[in-house]
Amino acid sequence: MTLTFAFDAILALALVAVAAWTTAARDMFAAVAGSVAFGLLMALVWVRLAAPDVALTEAAIGSGVTGGLLIAVGARLRRNGASPGAEPPGAILRCTAAVVCGLVTVGLGAIVLLSPEPAPTLAPLAARHLPQTGLGNPVTAVLMAYRAIDTLLEVVVLLLALVGVWSLAPDRYWGGRPGMQQHEDPNGVLAFFARLLPPIGIIVAIHLFWVGSVAPGGEFQSATVVGAMWLLAMIAGLVDLPPIDRPGVRLGLVVGPVVFIVIGLAGTALAGAFLAYPPGHAKLLILVIEIPVTLSIAATLGLLVVGPPQRMPPG
Amino acid sequence: MSAATVFGLCAAALVGLGLFGVLVDPHPLRKIVAFNLLGGGVFLIFGITARRGAAAGFASDPVPQALVITGIVVAFAATALAAALVLRLVDETGRVTLRSAGSGGGPSNDAHS
Amino acid sequence: MPSAAIVPAMTTAGGYLLVFAVILPVAGVLLSVLLGGRYAERIAIVVMPFGLAIAVAITAGVWHSGNVLQYVVGAWEPPLGVAFRADGLSVAMVMTAALLVPAIGWFARGQFATPPATQSRAATTFWTLLLAVWAALNAVFLGADLFNLYVAIEFLTFAAVPLVSLDGRPDTLTAALRYLLFSLLGSVFYLLGTVLLYGAYGTLDILLLASRVRMDPTAWIALSLMTGGLLAKSALYPLHLWLPPAHAGAPAPASAVLSGLVVKAPFFLVLRLWFDVMPGVSDRTAAQLLGVLAATAVLFGSVLALRQARLKLLVAYSTVAQIGYLFLIVPLSANSQIGHPWGNSAWTGGMLQAVSHAFAKAAMFMAAGLVAEALGHDRIAGLAGIGRALPITMFAFALGGMSLMGLPPSGGFVAKAMLLTAAVGEGQWWWAVVVLVGGLLAGGYVFLVLARSLAAPEEPLTLRAPVPRSRQLLALAVALIAVLLGFAPLRPSQLLLIGRPEAAALGVQ
Repeated sequence: MTLTFAFDAILALALVAVAAWTTAARDMFAAVAGSVAFGLLMALVWVRLAAPDVALTEAAIGSGVTGGLLIAVGARLRRNGASPGAEPPGAILRCTAAVVCGLVTVGLGAIVLLSPEPAPTLAPLAARHLPQTGLGNPVTAVLMAYRAIDTLLEVVVLLLALVGVWSLAPDRYWGGRPGMQQHEDPNGVLAFFARLLPPIGIIVAIHLFWVGSVAPGGEFQSATVVGAMWLLAMIAGLVDLPPIDRPGVRLGLVVGPVVFIVIGLAGTALAGAFLAYPPGHAKLLILVIEIPVTLSIAATLGLLVVGPPQRMPPG
Repeated sequence: MSAATVFGLCAAALVGLGLFGVLVDPHPLRKIVAFNLLGGGVFLIFGITARRGAAAGFASDPVPQALVITGIVVAFAATALAAALVLRLVDETGRVTLRSAGSGGGPSNDAHS
Repeated sequence: MPSAAIVPAMTTAGGYLLVFAVILPVAGVLLSVLLGGRYAERIAIVVMPFGLAIAVAITAGVWHSGNVLQYVVGAWEPPLGVAFRADGLSVAMVMTAALLVPAIGWFARGQFATPPATQSRAATTFWTLLLAVWAALNAVFLGADLFNLYVAIEFLTFAAVPLVSLDGRPDTLTAALRYLLFSLLGSVFYLLGTVLLYGAYGTLDILLLASRVRMDPTAWIALSLMTGGLLAKSALYPLHLWLPPAHAGAPAPASAVLSGLVVKAPFFLVLRLWFDVMPGVSDRTAAQLLGVLAATAVLFGSVLALRQARLKLLVAYSTVAQIGYLFLIVPLSANSQIGHPWGNSAWTGGMLQAVSHAFAKAAMFMAAGLVAEALGHDRIAGLAGIGRALPITMFAFALGGMSLMGLPPSGGFVAKAMLLTAAVGEGQWWWAVVVLVGGLLAGGYVFLVLARSLAAPEEPLTLRAPVPRSRQLLALAVALIAVLLGFAPLRPSQLLLIGRPEAAALGVQ
């Protein structure tokens, strides 16, 4: 027990240290690097907390995609030569902020120490209804059955963020292609990996997706892997970014939530409530929802990273 | 002291650090990075609640885990939107600051409504 | 006859309407993204009457049955699943949104639906975001699960922020970024409170939490965190800094939606938390502290409004002030002397203020938008002569201002009268002073604008662009709704009592 405790303590300290370093970092690159490291350490913590689904999601989205986004943003800021516009606030403000944050930390720490262990839990209820869903992974059951409305709304929220990002395009580029034209060497190292990795990545993604119904995995994680493969191909210049007005892009983005809603409405007719599943067909319907949702999430994540249109629309 | 408690205290520290970064750092993009630290701390509190709720053969309560997955996705969406705003702002003004060029009763003659 | 026994969450007849109220606009958003271009506006116009019909049906259902409408999503009962719930409070806000969004949409057609604007970035985005705001508002007003409400307020944030930066000017970009950061900070504190509550009580459902919550430090800390976060999102003093540039910089229809509806949603959640989830956890001091912030908002916002040089900024600072009135419900109703919060008139007064302000402020922003289109600017000093050039518009502005001041007949008058009655009745006369002074200051800034607009211009006024009479009449119609609300009776509303648990326990009629 003491060995695992020591490991946990070291991991926790490392996490706090990386966070402190990221907060104190002076330049953008350090902050981004700290961010990525933070995400990976967080994934380890999730494993230690017996939450492998969350670990996968944190590594994929919290560290991977977020890190990619921040790196791209940092690079563009450097390219534009943006000068920092404001000085840090004065000492009084910093001290007040430090005191407030210290209080928050102490208060939360007290709650953590004084909270009951074991805590009130919904695990027994989740376990009891799990056979009804036909799934083996209780987290997937919560996401796709018990609290499916949250997942539906969240997928729409993700799409809405993309609408917001697109709205930030200059008028003259509306409907055009996101991102700068990539001029990568087609025989270079990046292009090599961009040809090698995507097929492997897609197989990994399919495995994550399939196994998510009974073991850690699921649509968000596999969607991230698919999205990352697409991003890799785009960055390497193998595939050009599509203009956002292309019908295929639009269809790919909405097919997930649309199928989700359609099956939800079918549930109203067949099973008595929106997003209810007729007995015996739950697992099949969940799968039918998850496939297009994975595609839509992958497309949305990829397009969120590349940003708003920055090139003239074709023709 | 269980693993959950250790990471819970860690989470409290992350929330404090992240909040400090959000409040104090003037650069909007570093505010966003600090915000992700803050979010990570909050998600970690979900995590220890889940771990402490182990029951019925599960090592961890699945409901908070699912909520964290949802939260991670929403947090990324927020980061992406904020980043896009910062980049557009830099494209337009060449500066990265939250102080607006003219506020309150500044002389601003045209109104685009 | 309202009977509001606490029913365990099960689907009631007509409950499916609650889900449709959210899913219909969401479907509209998805179709808009799919088809894009000029279809976005048409989809929005088609969705609006159906959304209004659903809201009317929900209102009728709650009113006639005298009981709440409930819906258990996916047939998974809370605490495992998520429920939606429509009580009197929800219905008031859902109806307000269902009337105001189509009105604003119809008004916006003059700006975002005339060719060649139809295919532009701003137009397509506007219609998509308008439907998204409507979906998110309904999700907030009808939600009964704390995490579902978190997703709903994030939905609202992502829909509202790009509306601020829609025209792409640097100051609107800055305003949007600041709004986003304040909003995200607020959401994360709300989320933190939510997890503390789950860790203590094992559920996120509002009804179940209400039955399990005890007065312990965890509940109190959770309430403080969540309230703090929601105050940042609803721009209550001192967290109001983001609102004026954001609401003033957005296009006029967007400002109307933001000031009229979006800013009410976090306030609605504060009411839910203080009176539904954790009644009795808050103590008198906390409620009075919130009242102090509210009072400061009223006075500070009104004074700042007087000092503005631009019309839209004046109206935006007025929003900061009027939000203060809303939060006066809390000190007047929490720990009420009568024994339960909804018996005194503060509850009805505050909600009536929320509803009539929505219509009045929307009308004022519409009028300000028309003025800016006609003149090419919105400097108050340059408004001379606009009163004769656009009389209907300025009349709409004046009617909206009447509600803000609290002049009869208007919803604002009845609302403030009820707040005054409650303040005196509760023995908290200091809030009455605030309400009266706030009304005087509002009169100041409204008359400032009206006087300028009626003054004779030095040179004859030439309008930069003709303003269609239909758009002016629409602004007037919205302002008239605020006036019509003035015919509400000066006593606690029966509708708002539906769903209040203690109302049944104490046999309130």
